[in-house]
Amino acid sequence: MSYWYYPGCSLKSNGKPYEESLLAVFRELDVPMWELEDWNCCGATSYMSVDEAQAFSLAARNLALAERAARQAPETGPPRLLAPCSACFLVLTKTQRYVAQHGDLARRVHAGLRAIDLEYQGVVQVRHPLDVFVNDMGLRRIATAVKRRLNGLKVACYYGCQVVRPFATFDSAHDPTTMDRLVEVLGAKPVRWPLKTRCCGGALTGTIPEVGLRLSEILLRDAAQREAEMIITVCPLCQFNLECYQREIARTFRDFTPLPVLYLTQLMGKAFGLSDADLGMRRLFVSPEPAFARHEGGQPAHA
Amino acid sequence: MRDSGANGTPRIGVFVCHCGTNIAGIVDVKAVAEYAAGLPGVVVSREYKYMCSDPGQELIQRDIRDHRLDRIIVASCSPLLHEHTFREATAQGGLNPYFLQMVNLRENVSWVNDERGPATEKSKDLVRAAVYRVAHHKALQQRTVPITASVLVVGGGIAGIHAALTLANAGKKVYLVEREPTIGGHMAMFDKTFPTLDCAACILTPKMSAVKNHPNITLWTYSEVVGVDGFVGNFKIKVKQKPRYIKEDLCVGCLECIAACIHKEARFPDGFNQGLSKRKPIYIPFPQATPQLVLFDPEACIQLKSGRCRQSCAEACDRKAIDFRQIAEFEDIEVGSIILATGFQAFDASRLPYYGYGRYPNVYTALEVERLVNASGPTGGEVVLRDGRKPTAVGIIHCVGSRDEKTNGWCSRVCCMYSLKLAHLVREHTDATIYNFYIDMRTPGKGYEEFYDKLLTEGVHFIRGRVAEVTDWSRSPEEAGKLVVRVEDTLVGTVRRIPLDMVILAVGLEPRADSQEVRRLFNISCSTEGFFLERHPKLAPVNTFTDGIFIAGACQGPRDIPDAVAQAGAAAAEALALIDAGHVELEPNTAFIVEVECSGCKSCIPLCPYSAITFLADKKKAAINEALCKGCGTCVAACPSGSIRQNLFEDDEIFSEIEGLFARDAVVA
Amino acid sequence: MWKRMIGGDFSRPVQRIPGPKEIRRHIAFESDLDATFGERIARKAYGEKLFSCIQCGTCSGTCPVSHYMDYTPRKIIAMVREGFREEVLHCVSIWLCASCYACTVDCPREIKITDVMYALKQEAMAQGVYPRRFAIPVLAREFFRGVERDGRSNELPLMLRFFLKTNPLQMLRNAPVAWRLWRTGRLSLRQERTRHRSSVRALLRAAKAAEEEGAS
Repeated sequence: MSYWYYPGCSLKSNGKPYEESLLAVFRELDVPMWELEDWNCCGATSYMSVDEAQAFSLAARNLALAERAARQAPETGPPRLLAPCSACFLVLTKTQRYVAQHGDLARRVHAGLRAIDLEYQGVVQVRHPLDVFVNDMGLRRIATAVKRRLNGLKVACYYGCQVVRPFATFDSAHDPTTMDRLVEVLGAKPVRWPLKTRCCGGALTGTIPEVGLRLSEILLRDAAQREAEMIITVCPLCQFNLECYQREIARTFRDFTPLPVLYLTQLMGKAFGLSDADLGMRRLFVSPEPAFARHEGGQPAHA
Repeated sequence: MRDSGANGTPRIGVFVCHCGTNIAGIVDVKAVAEYAAGLPGVVVSREYKYMCSDPGQELIQRDIRDHRLDRIIVASCSPLLHEHTFREATAQGGLNPYFLQMVNLRENVSWVNDERGPATEKSKDLVRAAVYRVAHHKALQQRTVPITASVLVVGGGIAGIHAALTLANAGKKVYLVEREPTIGGHMAMFDKTFPTLDCAACILTPKMSAVKNHPNITLWTYSEVVGVDGFVGNFKIKVKQKPRYIKEDLCVGCLECIAACIHKEARFPDGFNQGLSKRKPIYIPFPQATPQLVLFDPEACIQLKSGRCRQSCAEACDRKAIDFRQIAEFEDIEVGSIILATGFQAFDASRLPYYGYGRYPNVYTALEVERLVNASGPTGGEVVLRDGRKPTAVGIIHCVGSRDEKTNGWCSRVCCMYSLKLAHLVREHTDATIYNFYIDMRTPGKGYEEFYDKLLTEGVHFIRGRVAEVTDWSRSPEEAGKLVVRVEDTLVGTVRRIPLDMVILAVGLEPRADSQEVRRLFNISCSTEGFFLERHPKLAPVNTFTDGIFIAGACQGPRDIPDAVAQAGAAAAEALALIDAGHVELEPNTAFIVEVECSGCKSCIPLCPYSAITFLADKKKAAINEALCKGCGTCVAACPSGSIRQNLFEDDEIFSEIEGLFARDAVVA
Repeated sequence: MWKRMIGGDFSRPVQRIPGPKEIRRHIAFESDLDATFGERIARKAYGEKLFSCIQCGTCSGTCPVSHYMDYTPRKIIAMVREGFREEVLHCVSIWLCASCYACTVDCPREIKITDVMYALKQEAMAQGVYPRRFAIPVLAREFFRGVERDGRSNELPLMLRFFLKTNPLQMLRNAPVAWRLWRTGRLSLRQERTRHRSSVRALLRAAKAAEEEGAS
C-alpha cells in the first residue's frame, strides 16, 4: 500500500522533527509515500471559527488533489491521504463526513472546487499514521523492524483530542490502545494513564497562556507521577505545547520535573536503530538521551 | 339473520357520523350523507352526531327493522376503535354482523386534512367505495373454542409469584416455570426496599413459601419453556427441566454435601452475590432458596467434567439423593393462557469505559452494593472497599446507561429511588459522606417524595450534574489515592472536584439479552426498545397482540415492585376472565383453502407467521387451522393458483371497493 | 475580565472569587430575548438537536476549560435555546473552547456541542462582537487572512502580526521560546505557499458566493 502524504503547515515548521522521523520510518519500513503536490492549509480550528463554507472548501481542495493524483497514477491504487497532524486529520475527516451528509454544504464546496477545475468524488481515505502503522502494516511487521528494543522504557502514550474525537475511526474515543500496543512492540512499557486523551490546550497556550499552560502542566505532572520517563505524541501542536514551554511551566508551578516529549515516529525510529539526525532528535527541547541511556544497559547512545 | 335482498339487490343503510367536531369540523357530513343517498342500493342515508352512543346504535337497529336493510355502512372513526360496537349493533338489529362495513372518516380524512373541499370529496369517494364493497359481503360466523382451565406463568420473580398465587387462590391450576434454581428473582437480592425500607427477604419469602406449598401450583425451577404451540385457550407447552444431579424428592436441603465437597475452598464465582464471593461446584443459591435443594454446576464439578472424583458429597448424603447420571427431562402440558413475567437485566456497566467499572477496583454497581449491604451477603453486611477498609466518601452516579442515546435512551424509573435507598443504607453502615450525582430526581410513587425529603435531611449531598468521568487523577494531597469525580454542580453553578473512596453506579434496567428469542418462541412482539410490547400503552398494559398471552412486570418496561405486583394481579385477572368465560370467540376473517383448486405446491406453508397451515399428506393438499389463522393475508397473496381466499377480503369484495373508489364520475343508478 | 485574559499573566494564579461588588439588578424580559436565535444557531450547526438538551451538565463536567468560562457549555446551550443572544455572543466561553470534542463525544443526547460553539464563533465574528484586541478571535482572523493570501500558514509572520495586534509585550515574553525554536531549526523563515496563490483565493470566493446564493 502507498500513501499521499499531507504534511500540513506545522510539519514544515515547528513540527519538523515529526516530518523527518515520519519519512525515515516509512523509508525503513519500505512503504512508499509521496508528498501531495501543491497542498494547501487545512484551515485547522481558526478557519472554522470565521467562515464554515470556506473552511470546508479549503480542506476539500486537498481531498480533491489527492483524488486527482491517484487518478493520474492508477498503479498506486485507491487514494489514501496520510495526515500525521491530528488537527489536519480531523479537519479532513470532518470535511469528508459533513459533505457526504449535508447536501447544502456539498453544494457550496463543489461550487468552490469547480471554480478552480477540481472535483471531489468522496473516494479518498483520510488516514492517520497511527492507524496505518497498527492496522495497515500490522504490529508484526513493526516488530521485525525493531533492532534496538527499548528495554522497558516507561512511556506515557498521549493521544490528545482530535485523533480519537469525535470520529473514532480506528480506536476507542474514551480508551484508545493502538499507541500503547505499538510502543509495547518496540519494547517500551506504556504506563496506564487516564489523562491520555485530555486536551493539551491547543491554541490556548499562545492566546491565553494562563489556561493553556495549566492544561499542559496537568498532563506533564500526572505522567511524571505515574513514573513515565517520556511522553509520546502524534500531533505537532500537542508536542509543542507539552515540550516547548516546560521552562515557563517550571517557573510558575512548584516541584515540576521536566519530561521529554517525543513524536511516536521518533520513538519508532530509535527502536529501528535509525540515526538521531534522521529522526530530528536534536531539535527536541528536552533531551530524551538520559531516559534512553537508562535502558541501554548503562551505555549512552551514540549520535 | 337475513342474507341479502329479496331479488339480490342489497338494501344499504349509510350512517355518517359527526363525531362531535372531530369529523364534522373538516368534513361536510351533511353533503356526504346526501351524496350517499344517491348511490346504488342505498335505501337510507343519515348523519348523526355520535354514532357510537346508545341512541346512535339504536338508530341503526331501528332502521334495519323499519327499512328492511341488509347491509350497513358506518362512516365514522377507525374500525380498531368501534368496529366491535357497530357489529354488535348490527347483530342486535337482527343482521349478520359481518354485513357491516366501516369507513374511516376520522383518522383517514378529518385528522389528516386541512381543507374542507378536498376532505369532503375524499369522504364521498370512500363511502362510495364502501357501498360498492358491502354488497358483496357474505354472512360469517364466529367460531368458539373451549379454554383449558390452567395457566402457565413464565418467570418466578415477584411478578410471576404474585400472578401464580392469585390464580391458584382462585382455584385455577398454575404451572410456574423459573429458569434459575430458585424463585425470587431480583427482589431476593435486595436488602431493603424503597420507600418503606422493608426487608426484602421478609416480605418475599412468605410468598415464595406459599408458592411452594400451594396445592394448585406446580413449581418447576431450573427449567425453561422450549416449545410453544397452539392458540388461545389451547396452548401446548414443552418444558425442559435442567438436571440438578439431585433427586429432588430425596434432598432435604441439609447442605452436608457442600461441606463434604472435595474442593476444600470455594473457588467459583457466586452469581447470586454478583461475583463478589465464591462458591463450590455444589451449591444452593442462597439460604432461603425455594425449593430448598442444592444443585451441581456442570462446568465446575470434577465428577461431571471428568468422571474421576472420590464423590465425597455422595458419601456424605445419607439420603442418597445425588445422581450424577441425571439428564434433562421434558414435560408436555396444556394450558389455556400464558403470563410472561421474565423480568429485566441490569445494564452492564463495563460498557462504559469512562466510569472505570472493571478497571478501578472500588467502582461498584448498585446490585453489587445491594449484596454488600445485605446481612447474608458476601461481607456479612459490611460495606467495605476491596481491601477491607471502610469508605469515608462514597459517590452514587445516577442514570448509568439510561437516558443516553448511545446506550439506552429511556429512563429506568427505579434508579433514583434505589440510589436514595443505597445512600441511606451505605451511610447507616459506614458513616461515610455520601454524594448523589443526578440529572433529574424522579420520585413519582406513593411516599417517594417523602423518602427524598428524608434523604435530604440526612445530610446526603445532592449534586445535580451528570458525571462525565471517574479517574484516579489527583491534583492535591487530599485527592491522592482516591477516585476523583469532576462534575458541574449545575444548581450552584460551578465546576467541582470531589475525591471519593467508592463509586456506586446506578445501572439502569434493560430487556433481557434473550428477549428476542423468548418473544419469538411465544409469538409476541417487542417494542423498539426491546421490552415486550403491550397491546395498548394506556388501556391494555398487560395484554399482548397475541390472544391468551399476557405480560407482567419489568419484562414490559422498567418498573418498581408495587407496579410489578399490580400488573401481575392485572394479568392474573385477564387470565381468569378468559378461563371463566369458558370459551373464546375467534374472528372469522381467516383464510381458507378451496381444496379442489389447491395444487399441493406447499408455497404457502413456510410463509405463515403463525404456523397455521399444514400439509395433508394423504390428500396432498394444504389445510389452514382457522383457530391459528390471524388473517394476515400472506398466503392468500402468495398462492400461485389463487386457491386461498380470505373471509371479508375476497376478490369480489376488494375489486368492487377499488372500482368504487374510481367511480367518481360514473352515472349513479 | 477582557484585560486579564488578554494580558495572560500566568505568574499570578487565576482569581477564584470575585471581589466585593456593587448591588446590581438583573432580570430578563421576553422583549430582551431573540426568539429565533436557537433555531438559527441550530440550523447553522447543521440542524443540531440542541433542543433535546436535558441540561445534565456532562459537557461542562468533561470540558477541560469549563472552570474558566463565564458560562459553562451547558449554560450556553440553555441560553441559546432561550434566545439570550447578546449574552452568548459577548461571552468568553465560546472563544475559550479549544475544540477538543470531549463534550460532543460524551453528550447523552448526542448534541454536537463543538459545532454549536463554532456556529457561535462565526456569528460573533460576522457581527464583529469581540474586543478589538482579544487574542483568540484576532488570531483566527489573522490566520484566516494569511491562508487566504498564501494558501499555507506561515508561523513567524502570523505570530508577529498577532502579537502586534493584541499585546506586543507578549511578544517579549515568548521571545525565549521563539529563540529556542530558531536554534533547533523549528522556526522556518521560508515562505510556505501554494504554487498558484490565486487558486485558493478563487476557491474561497466561489464557496462564499455559493453560500450567499443559497441564502438568498
